[in-house]
Amino acid sequence: MKFTKTLMATTALTMVAGVAGAADMADEMTIVSWGGAYTASQMNAYHKPYMEKTGVNIISDDSSAEAVAKLRAMNEANNITWDVVDVVASDAMRLCDEGLALEIDPDTMLADAPDGTKASEDFGDLLVSECFIPQIVYSTTFGYRTDMVGDKAPTTVCDIFDLATYPGKRSLQKRPIDNMEWALYCDGVAKDDIYDVLGTDAGVDRALAKLDTIKDQVVWWTAGAETPQLLADGEVVMGSTFNGRLFSAIAEQNQPIGMLWDMQSFDLDGWIIPAGLSPERQARALDYVYFATDTQRLADQAKYISYGPARKSSAPLVGKHADLGIDMAPHMPTDPANAANVHLYDYSWWADNRDDLDAKFQAWLAK
Amino acid sequence: MSDIKTNGPVLAADGTPLKRSLARALRVEKTRALMLIAPLLIFVLISFIIPIVSMLFRSVDNRIVEDTMPYTVAALKTWDASSGALPDEPVYAALARDMKAAAEKKEHTRIGGRLNYEESGFSSLFRKTGRAAKKFDLDSGEPFKAKLIDIHKDWGKIETWKIMQTHSVDYTNGYFLNAVDMKRTPDGAQMQDDDKRVLLKLFGRTMWMSLVITGMCILLGYPVAWILANLPARQANLLMILVLLPFWTSLLVRTSAWKVMLQQQGVINDVLVWLGFIADDSRLIIINNATGTIIAMTHILLPFMILPMYSVMQTIQPSYLRAAKSLGATNWTAFWRVYFPQSIPGIGAGSILVFILAIGYYITPEIVGGNKGVFISNRIAYHISTSLNWGLAAALGSILLAAVLILYWAYDKIVGIDNVKLG
Repeated sequence: MKFTKTLMATTALTMVAGVAGAADMADEMTIVSWGGAYTASQMNAYHKPYMEKTGVNIISDDSSAEAVAKLRAMNEANNITWDVVDVVASDAMRLCDEGLALEIDPDTMLADAPDGTKASEDFGDLLVSECFIPQIVYSTTFGYRTDMVGDKAPTTVCDIFDLATYPGKRSLQKRPIDNMEWALYCDGVAKDDIYDVLGTDAGVDRALAKLDTIKDQVVWWTAGAETPQLLADGEVVMGSTFNGRLFSAIAEQNQPIGMLWDMQSFDLDGWIIPAGLSPERQARALDYVYFATDTQRLADQAKYISYGPARKSSAPLVGKHADLGIDMAPHMPTDPANAANVHLYDYSWWADNRDDLDAKFQAWLAK
Repeated sequence: MSDIKTNGPVLAADGTPLKRSLARALRVEKTRALMLIAPLLIFVLISFIIPIVSMLFRSVDNRIVEDTMPYTVAALKTWDASSGALPDEPVYAALARDMKAAAEKKEHTRIGGRLNYEESGFSSLFRKTGRAAKKFDLDSGEPFKAKLIDIHKDWGKIETWKIMQTHSVDYTNGYFLNAVDMKRTPDGAQMQDDDKRVLLKLFGRTMWMSLVITGMCILLGYPVAWILANLPARQANLLMILVLLPFWTSLLVRTSAWKVMLQQQGVINDVLVWLGFIADDSRLIIINNATGTIIAMTHILLPFMILPMYSVMQTIQPSYLRAAKSLGATNWTAFWRVYFPQSIPGIGAGSILVFILAIGYYITPEIVGGNKGVFISNRIAYHISTSLNWGLAAALGSILLAAVLILYWAYDKIVGIDNVKLG
């Protein structure tokens, strides 16, 4: 009996100590991102200035690829250890749907542009979910080996499907998103009708039939680093990946790779704040995103990586690469020369149809 | 000697019956032993068994539907889906009430996601309806049927309601049906559409390829283990290090190394082209398919085969072989009739280890498997981390677990688990 009491007392004490410890945690925060060059760019553009300004200690965690599943598990265990999480827009929508992310009011919680434009207007259409604070615009697009395409460099996305002119393997992401749209587009569907066609069973069959024409020449990738590596090894002639990965292969590693911007698929990446943080931690997280998503900070990130800032007001401030000294603007997916023909990925359509199409896509892959 | 009682119970020194005294001593022993293993037992229970059971429980748990929409579920019980008519106003009123409550708690999209696994479109149906439902005035008495159909036309479709009714049970077999390419429909369990059937194929492939990998490991591992067991200690130790070095190297490093070796511009193809065995334009495709997975996994799992074989072979007396030969056996007969039967327990232990590890393998098939060399575990990972369909992932995991247990049982019946030796 006495033993039980002592045990309970110590447990209670430990718990109190734990809570008291958590209350002081507001000057330490865990920020989750994708790792590699991307986290490095955030470290330089956001974390370091913020730590200098406030003295807060920022801990980096490279778990964004698993963020949705982990946040759900943390929520169920009632122990959320992350303060700010970097996710793609579709994941942000999912987290918002599940009630796992904090809803954000851009005009009160985010900084205005220097000229006084409200944040909601500065971000504009990019605020695709109530919980999502956009940070960059990136694109999934194609790179090709300049020395393996002869003297005819590919100019349209449909060259991916042209095995006669460009023999050899190509790498595509192992998921239906983007690939299905490109397939329909190259099968003659008008850009505006893609999702209407894809919404029917016949449309799905049509897209898969188009992909069938190159199926045995495709290497499927799951990690963004794979295509640049496959291109560097000469394993594939062309392949899709995130534009920043191709930029670093071309500009930083001098690989013989060219960019094919046609029908690049725009996507967004940004912050969410997990729902259910303690008030101190939530206040800290909000303070951080207010700082990190202002006009100057977003423009600063583009010094380190070729992703376009999500604010309209940041675009004119994009300067030169921090180490290479080259002008970054022409390497942005949003640059007018690159964005002549872009594919806008429909988030809400995919939120509805992803499960269904993924099952069909996987069944097709296994055939 | 006549004062010794011969018919009463035997007594211990303190006068209690010896039987009881012995039982007490044994009980104390057992309690002490239990106390000693208690920390481990509790640790295993808390960190292993409870999480596994609670994860497996998700494969049947469907309470989210009734918890979020209690009034709709109750009202739908009286609706006859085969009547061909839409539900009446009370069902719509119940839906409006549930939606308003769920939207205020931000739970409406979660259940939309749950039902979207069954039928595309529920996600946006619930998101859109929930947004409008926050402004519902429940006491106004106005007809919600027209209003809801106006918000989203799917509420005016019988199919929508049929799916709601079919999936409103607390405990469902739906996830297990999905896991074997079937689905729960208003008309009972049915096969999944042709173009969505993939999981049974993956189960079959996982089993078949694991068997092939186990077989390859036996073929490659047996001679190595034999040499290890029969060389003088010095050379054997050196060889042992060669077996253990890859064993200690990170799985990811070894898998990536295979990528460099096997790809079309990789080391093996380059050497073959250089030697003139194959033409430059017909390089072998030995990665991103089943071959790649089998090669890489055989290499990675080989130590798990060699080590148990080696430890069993070490205990086989060389004198048995000499005796067989001195009695006139050829080398082959001596090996096959005398040595091999004694080494079977090692093969058994190695095979079980390799096979069970292989069917749950994830990272190697993911990296080198392409689309023809991935396992069921890759789908489980997808449903855990990307689609968030944890119910289906749990059902797939339960089936995999059951398959392993059945195989283990079959193995016990055929070979006998007592014949397995790890050393």
